[in-house]
Amino acid sequence: MAKNKRVFIKGNEAVAYGALAAGCRCFFGYPITPQNDIPEFMSKAIVDAGGEFVQAESEVAAANMLLGAGACGIRAMTSSSSPGVSLKQEAISYMAGSEIPAVIVNMNRGGPGLGDIGPSQGDYYQSTRGGGHGDYRTLVLAPGTVQEAYDLTVKAFDLAFKYRNPVLVLGDAILGQMKEPVTLTPTAKVPASEGKAWRLEGKGKRKPRIIKSLFLEDGALAAQNRHLEAKYASMAGEVACEQFQLKDADLVVVAYGSIGRIAKTAIRKLRAKGKKVGLFRPITLYPFPDAALAKLAKAGKKFLTIEHNLGQMVDDVRLAIRGLADSAFFGVYPGDMPAPEDFEEPIVKALRRKA
Amino acid sequence: MSRIAIDEARCKGCLLCTTVCPVGILVQSPRFNQQGYKVAEVRPEDRDKCTGCTSCALICPDLAITVWRSKKPKGGA
Amino acid sequence: MSPAAVKDEILAFDRPEVVADRATHYCPGCHHGVAHRLVGELLTEMGLVDKTIMVTAIGCSVFLYNYLLLDAVEAPHGRAPAVATGVKRSRPDNFVFTYQGDGDLASIGLAEIVHCANRGERVSVVFVNNTVYGMTGGQMAPTTLIGQKTTTCPGGRCREREGMPIKMAEIIGGLGGTVFAARAALNNVKNIRQAKKFLKTAFEVQTKGLGFGFVELLSACPTNWKMSPVKANQRIETEMIPYFPLGIFKDLSGEGGVC
Repeated sequence: MAKNKRVFIKGNEAVAYGALAAGCRCFFGYPITPQNDIPEFMSKAIVDAGGEFVQAESEVAAANMLLGAGACGIRAMTSSSSPGVSLKQEAISYMAGSEIPAVIVNMNRGGPGLGDIGPSQGDYYQSTRGGGHGDYRTLVLAPGTVQEAYDLTVKAFDLAFKYRNPVLVLGDAILGQMKEPVTLTPTAKVPASEGKAWRLEGKGKRKPRIIKSLFLEDGALAAQNRHLEAKYASMAGEVACEQFQLKDADLVVVAYGSIGRIAKTAIRKLRAKGKKVGLFRPITLYPFPDAALAKLAKAGKKFLTIEHNLGQMVDDVRLAIRGLADSAFFGVYPGDMPAPEDFEEPIVKALRRKA
Repeated sequence: MSRIAIDEARCKGCLLCTTVCPVGILVQSPRFNQQGYKVAEVRPEDRDKCTGCTSCALICPDLAITVWRSKKPKGGA
Repeated sequence: MSPAAVKDEILAFDRPEVVADRATHYCPGCHHGVAHRLVGELLTEMGLVDKTIMVTAIGCSVFLYNYLLLDAVEAPHGRAPAVATGVKRSRPDNFVFTYQGDGDLASIGLAEIVHCANRGERVSVVFVNNTVYGMTGGQMAPTTLIGQKTTTCPGGRCREREGMPIKMAEIIGGLGGTVFAARAALNNVKNIRQAKKFLKTAFEVQTKGLGFGFVELLSACPTNWKMSPVKANQRIETEMIPYFPLGIFKDLSGEGGVC
């Protein structure tokens, strides 16, 4: 087993390192800020590793190239940022419908429209509700540190093939551009047999395989949707979250990604002042860690959800704790850049609020 | 004798075959198939005129036609 | 099925095995069946059936995988060349082709086809041009001829309002990554034979690793042209070919292709 290697890299680079460690063989990119480090890095690194890099003509094309590679059972990835991810939704819907594994990275930037190139969590709904047309879900992993950007990208590939489903890694401009030390843990080699039961490789002497999402025959689409529903339900076991100083906390601050990280600093400061507050940071946004939140609500704790948007994940928090508690909300507008101090006052206010 | 067989279940009665037959023996029959198409046929009295050229099969969009060509007799007819 | 050959007979024409033994959903006189057969015959003759991955498109030919018994993936509307790029880059040893109509390829998928060709992807594209959106009910296509009536240009396509019909074989032939680009028609035996020859070259530039191959096939859509199959066939000769000339627009197959 190779030794752990320590490197000092950006979140964007960590995603690329993670992909290579996971055995990603094809990368399809298109330039958009703030994720350009990923295709730039991959244009050399993946080719050096014996893989393929294509700078596509558009995000639409990049996502459809990913569809083609995924249908062949090849580990492949694309990365983009919000406006680009909107364009990828067509292919993501098709991949979900035809059960094609793929990894899509979104370094969330400000919107709506062209927005800005700074951080935002405005794509929470888009990420967790499918994002494109039709009734489907993608697994959504939300790293909060550069280390997690590496680890969760590795994990994203395993999950994509485990469930034959697109997996989203949802970061933001902060995570993408931030440099931190990262331990590159060695990964197992991808077995040559991965996807052998369904992947396209030319029919040879067996029966032809068709990977498609069109089901026109009577009852066929309903059956496919039933099958997908059961698959999405089976993903519940993948749920992951960070719980920080919650045992004696009166207030649970719920925040994900970079905002979870900033909230953690605010909580540390408030703890030093004797405030009984803790952090609940969902790491999987789909599946959402609602059982763990409900448990905290049953214990009589109060809730405050903080997001870098106008309030999206707070809906899931409220659903998770419904009938037991409510969650206050504090939103930072995309376009503004929050500091830990910005969160202290809203946290104290929520702590004082009657349950 | 060269000959063709028309799979009447596949024939859609488009009659493109009738436009390319060099000896003009393909015509619309009076029969309908299960799909409701009036199928093509070789006029019964013209059956021995088929040259086995395959033109009808080449233009048939429905792969409804199979063609057999008679081997050329040795030493000429 | 057809009876076997008897004494002193040879089987001169039969369905290749890769073409499914089932009636198609196409309308009478539609040329998709001819195009399917040519592709099936060539894959068989070239020994490619077992290693082919087919990328199907959106339009009347969406059910191609029901008629050609090959490994297949269904692409979103217009995106087949991008999907084929992903397939070929993943499996460079497989034979990869797309089969697209004129709405799919020349309208919504214009960026994908142009860049796939321009990159010189080692894939082959079969482009069926019947000047109309067939499956959705006969709307105007980018290839609809001037004056041609469709459900969205009921007065006939007008140059001032809707522009000129787009000539794809010429456009693709003008791109750096293209090794072979040609146009044939499926309206008579001579043209069908030429179509097969062009398709063979387009497939060969892929199997030889030379680059991108493209064949446009002028085809009839009697239903949406509101013509009998025989009349529709004649229209290809009298109206389509004068505007969409047949022939080869680029052929570097004898020159080692592009880098």
